[in-house]
Amino acid sequence: MPKEILTKENFQKLEVVIEKNKGKKGALMPVLHEGQKIFGCLPLEAQKRISEALNIPLAEIYGVITFYSQFTLEPKGDYTIGVCMGTACYVKGAQKIIDRIKKEANVEVGATSPDGKFSLEATRCIGACGLAPVLTVNEDVYGRLVEADVPGIIAKY
Amino acid sequence: MEKVTLTIDNIKVEVPKEYTILEAAKAVGIDIPTLCYMKSVNEVGACRVCLVELQGARGLQASCVHPVAEGMVIKTNTKKVRDARKATVELILSNHNRECLTCYRNKNCELQSLAEELNISEIPFEGEKTGGQIDALSHSIVRDPSKCILCGRCVNVCRDVQKIGILDFTNRGFKTEVSPAFNKSMDEVPCIYCGQCIVACPVAALREKEDIERVWDAIEDPNVHVVVQTAPAVRAALGEEFGLPIGTRVTGKMVAALKRLGFDKVYDTNFGADLTIMEEGHELLGRIQNGGKLPMITSCSPGWIRFCEFNYPEFLDNLSSCKSPHQMVGAIVKSYYAEKQNIDPKKIFTVSIMPCTSKKTESSRSEMNVKGLRDVDAVLTTRELAKMIKQARINFTALEDEKFDQDLMGEYTGAGVIFGATGGVMEAALRTVADVLEGKDLENIEYNAVRGLEGIKEAEVTLGGNTIRIAVAHGTAMAAKLLDMVKTGEKEYHFIEIMGCSGGCVTGGGQPQVSAKVKMDCDLRLERAKALYEEDTVMEARKSHKNEMVQKLYADFLGKPNSHKAHELLHTHYVAREKYGAKTEAVHSAHHDAAATRE
Repeated sequence: MPKEILTKENFQKLEVVIEKNKGKKGALMPVLHEGQKIFGCLPLEAQKRISEALNIPLAEIYGVITFYSQFTLEPKGDYTIGVCMGTACYVKGAQKIIDRIKKEANVEVGATSPDGKFSLEATRCIGACGLAPVLTVNEDVYGRLVEADVPGIIAKY
Repeated sequence: MEKVTLTIDNIKVEVPKEYTILEAAKAVGIDIPTLCYMKSVNEVGACRVCLVELQGARGLQASCVHPVAEGMVIKTNTKKVRDARKATVELILSNHNRECLTCYRNKNCELQSLAEELNISEIPFEGEKTGGQIDALSHSIVRDPSKCILCGRCVNVCRDVQKIGILDFTNRGFKTEVSPAFNKSMDEVPCIYCGQCIVACPVAALREKEDIERVWDAIEDPNVHVVVQTAPAVRAALGEEFGLPIGTRVTGKMVAALKRLGFDKVYDTNFGADLTIMEEGHELLGRIQNGGKLPMITSCSPGWIRFCEFNYPEFLDNLSSCKSPHQMVGAIVKSYYAEKQNIDPKKIFTVSIMPCTSKKTESSRSEMNVKGLRDVDAVLTTRELAKMIKQARINFTALEDEKFDQDLMGEYTGAGVIFGATGGVMEAALRTVADVLEGKDLENIEYNAVRGLEGIKEAEVTLGGNTIRIAVAHGTAMAAKLLDMVKTGEKEYHFIEIMGCSGGCVTGGGQPQVSAKVKMDCDLRLERAKALYEEDTVMEARKSHKNEMVQKLYADFLGKPNSHKAHELLHTHYVAREKYGAKTEAVHSAHHDAAATRE
């Protein structure tokens, strides 16, 4: 089960962050960054509080969050799988890799598996074209993949 | 004022140095096309339609945001400029839902006009279309992202002019969409349905929830008695839909058209306005004399009411308990009128023609009924009425003037008419309250301090030895500013008028679309209000309590103002509303369906 993130403690931490940045120019970005660290994502309830405290419309905050790919609306899994979809990886069959991961880990692109274990992301070029096609699981890198490698990698976690 | 001289298309121009190239060109009659630009609302240079050639500059410049400078040499009509503008619009069209023939804004679309003006005869870049679901869940506003061209006018009018901020740019790249937070429906957000986003939209991405067919059906049904009423502001703008100049007063033609459309009775909401003044004026007197909650704030504008419910719930007790004028008329039609005419109120269908999109939601509020019957069964905007008139193929401009039905509720005063402009309700109330307090028929009845377009207007009036402090605010940004001052105790008033839209109802969200180009030189708020103040001056009775039919309504039916019966029919209550209630989850986020396609 995904962890409970809307805890009193987390909201208290958020208040501290808001207090630190309130009134400063460009307060929104640092608050969102810190907020994401606290909650693991930026859920509606956290955004509502930020909107109220900084007097910025919720739509604007949501707009900023969905603009930057580093922000996320839903909690990430314990392991984030990033499959490179850069040109080299793509022509070397990254689509097949990603499709297999979806099946093996029961997770959609941009989402988290129901057990909260894996998040799957299609990334831009990660600069390891020599290893194409390549994927990362948190800090681990797996290169020169074929589709059949996927179950083994998933099983490690 | 410091001026600079520049040359545009070989014409020397001298303009203030704060001007943009676009404004300078306009000053000498050079018409540069624009699309995202909207004077004092959206000046962002986003769409690149207004490009011009500026000597010495790298590349073409967006004239709507580029300031003028001494000695500039500009060309607005070179091959380079024409090609660039054309390509820009072709690209906008390439992913636009081009169902122009069946579009709500057919022949009234700024993008369509631009395509014609730029002589675009093919779409060379055929590609994926802008997607997204149509959101038609609210009673007032429909959002169709497939039509949106991301100009940002609605975003800025909502966020910066109204200071509400329901809409913003969300997501990124091709998936960019102007939408509420979490892509929620307009039904689930603290939108006040003022419709200012609609009148800012150059295309049909935002429009009212149309209700024309239900009205046609009622008219068609021989067993249904259809009573229509028109708000004061409608007559000041309807003519624009038929090519008449802005500010033309078309009261008589409008009535004639309504009769031809087949409505059984045509009344003026102004009767309800007069009735509102009787109720609200006495409510105010009561509050002042009996130590009630002050300041009392008007309740005619449903956009303002929703704004208060969402953002200033601590002021709910300050709101007048009066229903808005058209709701009063609806309630009286289904009670008094039904009784006098001996018609079963269940067989009466009441229609309100309003300059307003928020009225649609207001009329659907559960409180707005009499013994289970809706006060108002359908609300149409000025634009929808124009569509019906066109559908019926009525030659509007050739119509002979006709009068509203004269029986029972057929009378109205000048005080009722001016409700449509900011300050009007206040002025109308003062005319009546002054007479009551002074105990005589006062002659000096024009309160100029509450007229005009100042965001917040204040005055002190001495009536019968009492000093009454009043304030008027229009547009929710100004309302918020005023309420904040009242909250901190910085200002104290007895009576406040607030309208949700800047300018009042004449520039409501249900009024005819006027292109940004026309709005550049014309303040609609001023021109349309003139029509109302003109009607006020030609009326025989100009004070609400002089309305003899209102007097008769009290004598025969209601008793006296604020009586038990009046309360039952004409008053209402309000509820504090939570913004973005937690009950609804994100409908959908493009973040999540970012299919694993190659970027």
